[in-house]
Amino acid sequence: MKLTGRAIYEGRAEGAALVSASPMSFYGGVNPETGEVVEHGNELKGQSVKGRVLVFPHGKGSTVGSYVLYRLAKNGVAPCAIVNAKCETIVAVGAIISEIPCVDMVDVSKIKPNARVKVDGASVEF
Amino acid sequence: MFLTREEEKMLAGEEGRAAQKAMQILVALGKIYGAEKMVKVSSVQVSGVSYKNLGDAGLEFLDELAVDGRARVKTTLNPAGMSLTDWKSQGIGAAFAEKQLKVIDAYRRLGVEISCTCTPYLAGNTPGFGQHIAWGESSAVAYANSVIGARTNREGGPSALAASLTGRTPLYGLHLEENRVPTLAVDVEVPLRSPEDFSAMGYFVGRAATDGVPLFRGVRQAGVEELKTLSAALASSGGVAMYHVEGLTPESKLKPEGHEAIAFTPKELQEARALLDGDGSPDFVAVGCPHCSLSELETLARLLRGKKVSREFWVCCSREVKRRSDDAGYSRWIEASGAKFATDTCMVVAPVEELGYRVVATNSAKACHYLRNAGLRTRFMRLEECVAEATRSS
Repeated sequence: MKLTGRAIYEGRAEGAALVSASPMSFYGGVNPETGEVVEHGNELKGQSVKGRVLVFPHGKGSTVGSYVLYRLAKNGVAPCAIVNAKCETIVAVGAIISEIPCVDMVDVSKIKPNARVKVDGASVEF
Repeated sequence: MFLTREEEKMLAGEEGRAAQKAMQILVALGKIYGAEKMVKVSSVQVSGVSYKNLGDAGLEFLDELAVDGRARVKTTLNPAGMSLTDWKSQGIGAAFAEKQLKVIDAYRRLGVEISCTCTPYLAGNTPGFGQHIAWGESSAVAYANSVIGARTNREGGPSALAASLTGRTPLYGLHLEENRVPTLAVDVEVPLRSPEDFSAMGYFVGRAATDGVPLFRGVRQAGVEELKTLSAALASSGGVAMYHVEGLTPESKLKPEGHEAIAFTPKELQEARALLDGDGSPDFVAVGCPHCSLSELETLARLLRGKKVSREFWVCCSREVKRRSDDAGYSRWIEASGAKFATDTCMVVAPVEELGYRVVATNSAKACHYLRNAGLRTRFMRLEECVAEATRSS
């Protein structure tokens, strides 16, 4: 299936989907050194975002979360792409400064966990 | 989104990498929030200064931008995690201080004024009515929109910095008059007798208004100190970025949208105070959230003159206002009492929880909110009561 959304940060990437049905907080929610999700109550707790196409509805929490994405990228443990239903400031800024391809305005419920996902500009194929 | 030729050049990287990154951020935000174009800004206030919040990630990002980035408009800075000169006497460790000074150095290279205050409007960053600006620091955002009538959205650290490095911000939200109209009326049916009453009211109403625009009716008088602390409280319990006080603030004639109204009576004032004031004997007293005005320092000098404090007492203010207080002769009365000026910083952004204090007395609802989140207990008191508490023999 191929969905077309809106490119927040254009780029190409391919990886296995890591899907959270709930909004994600990066500040305090993801360990910037390891990429592990540490947020209490998030269904991805204990899994690593490294190299995955990270799929979630939208970001939440502190604006410092943008810097956490940057730190993940510097440490080589960032997701290879981000797909959102509706991107907000924290994730958008984080994706841009970290140069992580990011697309939003797609129906994220269509993407199944571990599906092979290809992101290219505004399109998401899986 | 429409971009001018100059903006296109920045986006293409012709003005350097930092300006390109900044323009990418602004275009993405414009896209998300449906802006048709950019608007030029005359002033920027950058938040995201304390190393406690930035961490190494933030520091690296700033260092990278500082390679070729440069502020294009007047840009001032939020408080840091410590006094830049007296951090040792504040009990701050050398490792933290080293990182914090690196953050400050990056901002200096970016051409940002090292003002280190949450009240830029008291320290030389003074936009005028109707001007478009891009400010971070939620209390200053609410003050600038509401009291000055300048226009800013509630920026985060990177988006404010992006506005500084390009001189622009996307035109949406509170830059447009239609989004500045009141969404909720608040009928104030209790006399507000001190700035602390305004602070408590702001805390209560912020929770009800979430990110709306409250219109306060029935407030007879309010000066800088009252509005400063009201702004801070509204923005900490809720996401309020603008409010109106009927008959007092410059855009309070805008007609409210809908008819939703709440009452603020002695009962709500009592409830608000109860939310902020816990129990326990304070081992730390701190005033100046937001940073003290010169008039507050005058009051403190009068209250502290000839007395000695019996516990740690921080007076938080900007270095600019401290300088004026030195000239006016207030500082020496304050310092003679044993109280410490905490310039460049405050009890919210300094790592107070790591300094070993457990119960903090303060006159700010905003400070109570954040200190409680950090695991401390708070006592909410009027300024005079804070001084009485600090000078009480223990």
